[in-house]
This record gives sequence, structure tokens and C-alpha cells, in this order.
Amino acid sequence: MSIHIHNVSKKYGSFQALEDISVDIQSGELVALLGPSGSGKTSLLRVIAGLESSDVGEILFDGQSMTERHPKERNVGFVFQHYALFRHMTVFDNVAYGLKVRPRKTRPSKQDIKTKVMELLQLVKLENFANRYPTQLSGGQRQRVALARALAVEPKVLLLDEPFGALDAKVRKELRRWLRKLHDEFHITSIFVTHDQEEALDVADRIVVMNNGKIEQIGSPDEVYTNPKSPFVYDFLGNVNLFKGRLANGKLMHGEFALDVPDSHTHTDDNAIGYVRPHDIHIEKTNMPGTVPAKISHIHLLGPIVQIELRREDLDEFLEAELTKEQFFQLQLTIGDQVYIKPKQLKVFIPEDYSI
Amino acid sequence: MSNVSLPKKARRIIPGFHLSLGYTMLYVSLLVLLPLSMIFIHTMSLSWTEFIAIITDPRAVASYKVSFGTALVAGIINAIFGTIIAWVLVRYQFPFKRIIDGLVDLPFALPTAVAGIALTSLYAPNGWIGQFFEFKIAFSPLGIIIALTFIGLPFVVRTVQPVLQNISAEVEEASASLGANRLQTFRKILLPELAPAILTGFSLAFARALGEYGSVVFIAGNMPMKTEITPLIIMTKLEQYDYTGATAIAVVMLVTSFVLLFIINFIQWLTNRRFVH
Repeated sequence: MSIHIHNVSKKYGSFQALEDISVDIQSGELVALLGPSGSGKTSLLRVIAGLESSDVGEILFDGQSMTERHPKERNVGFVFQHYALFRHMTVFDNVAYGLKVRPRKTRPSKQDIKTKVMELLQLVKLENFANRYPTQLSGGQRQRVALARALAVEPKVLLLDEPFGALDAKVRKELRRWLRKLHDEFHITSIFVTHDQEEALDVADRIVVMNNGKIEQIGSPDEVYTNPKSPFVYDFLGNVNLFKGRLANGKLMHGEFALDVPDSHTHTDDNAIGYVRPHDIHIEKTNMPGTVPAKISHIHLLGPIVQIELRREDLDEFLEAELTKEQFFQLQLTIGDQVYIKPKQLKVFIPEDYSI
Repeated sequence: MSNVSLPKKARRIIPGFHLSLGYTMLYVSLLVLLPLSMIFIHTMSLSWTEFIAIITDPRAVASYKVSFGTALVAGIINAIFGTIIAWVLVRYQFPFKRIIDGLVDLPFALPTAVAGIALTSLYAPNGWIGQFFEFKIAFSPLGIIIALTFIGLPFVVRTVQPVLQNISAEVEEASASLGANRLQTFRKILLPELAPAILTGFSLAFARALGEYGSVVFIAGNMPMKTEITPLIIMTKLEQYDYTGATAIAVVMLVTSFVLLFIINFIQWLTNRRFVH
């Protein structure tokens, strides 16, 4: 089912939780709402589910307005951050709940419910836990029960509120891969909320980056990562080095750097900030044109990636760079080494246009 | 060295286990067990046939019926309406909420005789409320039920309130998003979670109502065989210096209350089992 969110706004008292949000979600898409806490991503999800009503705007499912509909009529599956399992019911009864509360006319028979629930428990690999109570399960298992419960009612839309937020890193990774697989099999339109950029980049077809109740950017993971539209998106999607300087004659002047910035000739002597990802910092042992000297102050070896902290000699500023292990061993770097650096790629934002 | 064997002793994180356990035992024995056992010891001076004769006296039997019947009805009324009051106090915001919340405790604080007099003057055939009814409210079992409901009100409210506060709204939202209507959500999600607390409140209110004397004697009318409660029979016997007769009736009250509370606790254990694994 496709979802159209049309000019939705919501206020809690004087706090603007959502401001004029419009998103179109295609049928069968897996979309991530990404943003820091307080950015309005959960509010948006709850408005879509009908758990909260918007002040202004419309929600359409397949072109049909859902704005005035009660959550139980929207046919959405909602997975809560803290699972919200019914703790006085067994795993089986939790999953069966959505089917058992249907009106008599549309309620499946006891046998059908049983088959269906066991099928779902198999899908989430919990068929041996049917008679357990939620308190007897681990966090990851509980979240899988919550998923099975939401899927039992065959929702047209699956909404997940920070589904893996309360789990440890390893289980989290496993579950999100599993969610991706599940989505690829069932093609159910899904929206999930997260503040973890890695999770969003890893799982989603499209990412909606939100901040302060507004949408900063919508795009594929690759698009938002390599081509962020605002300093906020750049900053939020990964580590970043800031080069605060001035734009003049198509160059960003920053310390001894004079970095080419194409398409910036209209600006003269404007304050500007260059954004460079750590893996876009090029390190050389010999002085080449366009580089500046720096000293290595820290080296963190973390698996295949080596994080290097540098102190720039010209400005007394710290930088972060990332190398692959091969590059690192080729360069034979040690702490205290004098190196020469330059950014391979940078993105310039003018603070007057954007404020972070 | 002698302290080599020390680590074998189970170590407790919180100190004072032995001290506090000993204190608890002493306290319960002195305050509860000792006085209660005196009742049994006193009754022992009666022969078995005398004992049976006293406790099966028709007037006494009628009073058991009145006492247990009215206490049960009052307990049930409190279980239902106390839950509603707790619900309103937790879920809704309205003016004077704090004051109403405070009023709930008033039956605890009020001397029961005062409550009895107040209720009697309201519900007597010529009282403010009593005059509107064809039938008698005060001086009938109905009046006793009203008095017992009044004094038992805080128990259910105060036991259900904190539990209700702890139920997250998410659980109800989950139920709604799965297609349940409000009644189903209440019956299948909220009520099972509240049941242990309601039962606790009910058993407290019921137990309190069984032993209530002060407020009831005013409103009951105390007609033998009709509106005479067991505590009053005991009082009457005491006034006639029939101490053994009084304790014999008290034994019946004590044993029956104990059995009833035991059953309620057992039911509670059954409903609670699901939450504690």
C-alpha cells in the first residue's frame, strides 16, 4: 500500500513536533525515518498509525484518507520500542491476540488461528517458545514476538518505532538483517524510526532525515551519505572534519589550505565551512603541493579500519582521518610522525544559508 | 587459622538479616499471635458441647449471615466502584482532582462512630436521603452495607491506583493497533493486569468490614435475627460478663475470616503466578 503524507503539522503546547511534513512512500518500500531525539520522527510514525492525530494535514493510504480513522481501522502493524507485549499472556496468546479480537464474522477458527500463529512463530524462530511468558524471554526474542504479533493481522503497512533501540549491538545487527530479509520476502510497505545512521544506511531503501520537526533530506542511503543537502545531514550521517574558512575566488581559504570549490565564484569573501569525512583525508609522508603539515597524535587500530588523530601544524586544530589497514602499513605511520594532508573531497556550506 | 572457614558462610549484600528477621518474628508474635491465641485459650475453658451450643445459637447463626453477607456485598461494591474511582484519578485531569484524591482517605481517618451517626441521620426514614425511599435503608441490612462500603472505600482505590499508574499506555496502543476495541482492550489487557490489585483491595475491604463495629451499630438498628452483626453479639456478651461466650463466638469469626482470607490469597496467588516466574 502506498502512503502519502500531506502537509502534516503537529504541536505539543508550544513545541512544534512536526512542521509541514510531506512524504510519498511507494508500495512495498522500506523507509527509515532518521533523526536525533526530538526531531519528530516518532511523532510522525504515530500520526501515520493513528495513535496521535495531526493538527493540520492529511494521511492517505492508497489514495484513501485515513486522517479521521481509528488505529484499529487502519490495518497497520505497529512495533513499539519497548515491545509493549502483554505480559500476562504467553507468546502464543500475544501473537494470536490480533486474530482473537476480530468480530465473529471475520474471526478465523481456533484451528486456523493456531496454524497461523505457529507459522509466524516459525518465521521469527520462536516456535519452541510458544508457551513462555514475555518475562522469560531475552530482549531480542521479545522484539521478535512483537514483530510476529504485528504481522499476525496481515497489516498493509508495518510501522516500527526504534525497533532495535533497546538491544545490544550484535543482536541489533542480526535483527535488522533479518528484517531486511523479511521485507524482501513479503514486500510489505514498512517505515521504521531510528536515530542510528548506520542502521538506516544498512537497511532502508530510502531515508528521510528529520531535524526539529522538519525534513532535511529524502533520498537513497547512497544519496544522503555522499550528497548531503545540508550541514545537518552531513554531520548526522557520519564523522566529519570541519574546515571553517572564507570563500574567495572559487577557493576555500583555511589556514594554509586553498581548496578548489567549483561553482562558488558568485561568493566573494564569505564565511564558509568545508565538510570532509575522515576517509576523505589524504595522508602523504612527503610534502606535495596543496598539502599542509600535521603531526599524528593518536592511532586507533579497529579491525580493518585505522583511525588517526592529527594535529595541524598551521592552525593548531585537530583532525580525524581513516585509512584502511593496507594503506596504513604502506605508509608506516607511528605516533609523532610529521605527515602532509589534504582533503580528497569536500563539501562547502555557507553558514548564512544554513544554520546548524 | 580460624578465619579460613569464614568465606563458607553465605554472604548477604544487605546487612541485618538476622536482626530484622528476629525483630519481625517477635513483633508479629507479640502483636498478633499472642492476643489471638488468648481467645483460643479462653475458649478452652468451655466443654465441647457448651461451645457448640453457644456458637450454633440461632441468634448467633443469624448474625454470622448478616456479618459475612453484608461484608461480602460491601467488598464487591468497593471492588467495582473503587476501581472506577482509581481509574478516574489516574487517567484524567480535572479541577479539584487533588482534593477528591484526598477525600478518598477520609473514611480511614474518621472515627467510625462519627461515620455511623452521620450515615444514620442521612438514611433514617426521616433523614435527608432516607425520606425519598419507600423502604427502610437505615435499620436494615442495606444500611449495614452502606456503612461497610463507606469504611472500606479507600482500600481498593489505594491498591489499584499505583498499579494502574504503572501500566504503560503503549500496551493499550498495541491492543488498539491490533484491531481491538476499547471494551476488548479493557477486558483482555487492563483487567488481567489489575486483577491482583483489585483482589488485594477487595480482601482488605472485606476483612475490615467483617470486624467493623462502631459505624454499624448506629445504622443497623441491631434487631436480633435481622440486623444484628456478630461483633455486636460479642459486645453484648461482654457487657453481661460472659467472657467465655464472647470468645467462643470470636473463635468462629477468627477461623472463618482466616479461611476466607486464605482462599482469597490462594486465588491471588493463581492470578499473580503469570507475572512472577
